[in-house]
Amino acid sequence: MKFSAPYSTKLDFGPAARAVEVGHVMDITPDAPFRFDCGAQMDAISVAYQTYGTLNAAKSNAIILCHGLTGDQYLAGRHPVTGKAGWWEDLVGPGNVFDTDKYFLIVSNVLGGCMGSSGPKSINPATGHVYGLDFPIITIADMVRAQALLCDALGIGQLFAVIGGSMGGMLALEWARRYPERVFACAPVCTAARHSAQNIAFHEIGRQAVMADPAFMGGRYIDSGTFPAKGLSVARMTAHVTYLSEAALQQKFGRRLQDKQAVGFGFEVDFQVESYLHHQGTTFVERFDPNSYLYITRAMDYFDLEAEAGGSLTTIFRDTPTRFCVVSFSSDWLFPTSESRYIVRALNAAAANVSFTEVITDKGHDAFLLDVPAFHATLRGFLNGAATARGLV
Amino acid sequence: MSPKLRPDLAIIAALIAPKARVLDIGCGDGDLLQWLRDYQRVDGRGIEINQELVYRAIARGIPVIQGDVVSDLQHYPDQSYDFVVLSQTLQTMSDPKRVLEELVRIGKQAIVSVPNFGHWKNRLQLLVRGKMPVTRTLSYEWYDTPNIHFCTITDFVILAERLGITIEDRVVVNANGEKTRFTGHGFKANLFGQQGVFLLSKK
Repeated sequence: MKFSAPYSTKLDFGPAARAVEVGHVMDITPDAPFRFDCGAQMDAISVAYQTYGTLNAAKSNAIILCHGLTGDQYLAGRHPVTGKAGWWEDLVGPGNVFDTDKYFLIVSNVLGGCMGSSGPKSINPATGHVYGLDFPIITIADMVRAQALLCDALGIGQLFAVIGGSMGGMLALEWARRYPERVFACAPVCTAARHSAQNIAFHEIGRQAVMADPAFMGGRYIDSGTFPAKGLSVARMTAHVTYLSEAALQQKFGRRLQDKQAVGFGFEVDFQVESYLHHQGTTFVERFDPNSYLYITRAMDYFDLEAEAGGSLTTIFRDTPTRFCVVSFSSDWLFPTSESRYIVRALNAAAANVSFTEVITDKGHDAFLLDVPAFHATLRGFLNGAATARGLV
Repeated sequence: MSPKLRPDLAIIAALIAPKARVLDIGCGDGDLLQWLRDYQRVDGRGIEINQELVYRAIARGIPVIQGDVVSDLQHYPDQSYDFVVLSQTLQTMSDPKRVLEELVRIGKQAIVSVPNFGHWKNRLQLLVRGKMPVTRTLSYEWYDTPNIHFCTITDFVILAERLGITIEDRVVVNANGEKTRFTGHGFKANLFGQQGVFLLSKK
């Protein structure tokens, strides 16, 4: 295996193609070409990543944190594109849940992403143009294999933990299945062992919205100098509703009007909730690539650990050396508690070391990114217990 | 014995072999499991319904599943644990008979402790005052008690016999925390014991 020194690169974002420098990209050339599950192969892939904390001498304190559908490697600190804090900013730092005095955190942009890892926005060496829809269809397993290559390049054999929420939880489960000896502890949060019909349905609405935008140009919008902002924005608006709960929406917005005393008898923004969703849509298109949105949602749709392994979850995890902590949120209807329980029961039947808690919150699926003390206490406790067992102090 | 274990839990702990695989149902924040792990190198798991207690247990490095016994136990394989522990909880369950059967299915042995409704003080209160007993160990009024399926030591023994469950060891604990082994239906034990602890198996 060969790999480059980490370098930074300029990438374009949003309808105005704003160039932003993204740090830490590594080009990895495995001994054999990287084979995607779809059958395509590449000689080399790029993986963009950030690290926090310091790898110890024994290389035993590394944690991979897996981001969700539209997340990326900027776990903490200022995000170079949005200027906002990272997605788990509040959990990272000395003495914090992800204690940077104790652990070495690795976060990589998934394969198919748009923050520097190989994806539809990358240049196809065969044509000199961006891949667009010529990029191979990716799976969760492909993403995990790319992360494993990054660990190889960093000289890390066994990870202390793999942790992720939502799609990141799928990656965590895939890690534990594919590389059980490399995963000491695993925390899949608000996730599922297979994507449900309802979730595939919502993803399809999003994809159709992107592709129905005339500016999509069959995925060649970058070459055409266009950008399907409207379509991607609608996709984001739909998805965003699925991340919240009915109670949270009602409490946050109710029927309150946006900057007006009475409804306008028209189709401009009347309600605060509309204004909020528009804002979610328009800010999203400034940072995310429409093709990446298609690829990554598809990878989630295809995720079915049992089908992939050709056996029940119980068989898959029989005699697993990994200790698990599964967490769900009571108001999450996208990845409801029943999905987590399905995983937990299988792990139990496999006699695995597993903890599970359903955190009571009205914050919906998004709870994993928000200030939910019971969730953070659980994660902290699980990591502390595992660290003791692993001899990390 | 090592420090800081509640007396009723210590009686249970004494029945558990070192390095055993233990499932503690209604494990609270993991007191028993932590003690067993630290002093007996036991590989323990817990089930607890209260979220606060669950994450306190997880924080101690004890694997605990937040769940409900009735719906969760059926998913555990036969004879997958050396010991299944149910401490002071059977009388709160809606179907204690089924739970008992599940315990000896999942565990090679089960340890069950129950408060004894047949203790002479309870009998006396009911006889003399004509009111449901409220004592130091059974401190609830009838209308707010979580104990919905009370039994006496003798009742418990009879149910075990009826279910074909072998009682390998039977102990009562009196008001002073003194343990006494007994045999049969335990006439005396049923009068003076505040709590019964049973080691069960499906033979």
